Amino acid sequence: MVKVQIKNLRKCFGDLEVLKDIDFTVDDGEVVCVIGPSGSGKSTLLRCINALEVPTGGTIIVDDHEITDKHQDINKLRENIGMVFQQFNLFPHMTVKKNVMMAPVDRKKMTKEEADKKAVALLETVGLASKSDEYPDNLSGGQQQRVAIARALAMNPDVMLFDEPTSALDPEMVGDVLAVMKRLAEQGMTMIVVTHEMGFAREVADRVVFMDGGVIVEQGRPADIFGNPQNERTIAFLNSVL
Amino acid sequence: MFEHVISVVTQALPKLCTGMALTIQMTLFGVIIAFIIGLIACLARISRFKIFSAVSGAYIYIIRGTPMLVQAFFLYFGVAQLLPFKLSKNLVGIITISLNAGAYMAEIFRGSIQSISKGQMEAARSLGLPYGTAMRKVILPQALRRSIPSLTNQVIISLKDVSILSAIGVAEIFQAGKIITARNMESTIIWTTVGAIYLIVVFLLTKLANYLERRTSYGQSTNKKSS
Repeated sequence: MVKVQIKNLRKCFGDLEVLKDIDFTVDDGEVVCVIGPSGSGKSTLLRCINALEVPTGGTIIVDDHEITDKHQDINKLRENIGMVFQQFNLFPHMTVKKNVMMAPVDRKKMTKEEADKKAVALLETVGLASKSDEYPDNLSGGQQQRVAIARALAMNPDVMLFDEPTSALDPEMVGDVLAVMKRLAEQGMTMIVVTHEMGFAREVADRVVFMDGGVIVEQGRPADIFGNPQNERTIAFLNSVL
Repeated sequence: MFEHVISVVTQALPKLCTGMALTIQMTLFGVIIAFIIGLIACLARISRFKIFSAVSGAYIYIIRGTPMLVQAFFLYFGVAQLLPFKLSKNLVGIITISLNAGAYMAEIFRGSIQSISKGQMEAARSLGLPYGTAMRKVILPQALRRSIPSLTNQVIISLKDVSILSAIGVAEIFQAGKIITARNMESTIIWTTVGAIYLIVVFLLTKLANYLERRTSYGQSTNKKSS
């Protein structure tokens, strides 16, 4: 079953065309890693999916709802699309638990008690239950990112978007975050992950998408993309990063 | 000599203190209303609706571009006197302070809102929060805290600007000082006393602001202070 369907997606910033006519689908429960050089448009593609960027053209359908339709209640649609950012973006004026509880309570998805229970459970699964009452500034980058994942999961999303979730982390923190993501993938979450972690892509992804210059150059099973890339741009990129 | 100073000061002090009480009252009411005006004007200024942004921009431009003395005269002689009902000097004074400080506060708020990283709004919106909720629960609490030092500055400026309202006859502390010196000709003693009273009030205000800033801090800074 198709979860995310993108057709003829275009995005321009002024004269600069960042995404050129992208067609892209993600199935239910599929884990897709998007790789490519910086400036290739991969983050923009991700940000179009929850309308943080408004596409210049084309359609995006998530769960049978058209994100690009101006008459849709975008807030409602975003509740089902979790997003994790490179810079974590935790709310520094709220405790860790409040960060996780805030949206479900405000959007009336849960009562305070339910959200509290859910927050504790989620923090448990990312290994940070003991930090519930700390403020984000007191946590390491890796811990903050795991809280950010818990915060996104608190809304019970169908799809999770990860925008270079480990790029701002010290190397020794990367493993913990990737472990949480891997567990999420094994539980059947639909995930789109923009990443430079080739090891993660190779091990966890069902499909790897290589983007360059605003187009999808090549995609396929991780073993094929990493083991036997066809396009010369893919080959050049992989040679430079691996 | 010393006894003379003491006697002049003690004679003047009750009137000066009454004057300062009025100054503080007008400042207090003025900046509270200014806070609300400033917040609304700021949100209008950054609104994507051009009409709100333009109206707010014009308001800020006019207030910042004219002296408060002119604003006070305009409101008192140019507007209040033409109304069918009577507005007291003090009320016009408070309105002047409110409108004046409101414009500056709008810019203070705008600055601190824009200093909050864009990622905060994006994170809030990506969770499904509408713009208004994200603003109220995520951006403003952080921005308001960040604006405390500049707001304190503005409150101090407004406190001192109340003296300008003596020109429309408001009996605040500067006006009181003028009346006393006209009678006893003791300019040096009286103006030193007036200055000292201002300094004391501003000192207390600064302490209050520091306390507020500490109280509203979060994360690392709280822990360090409490340990």
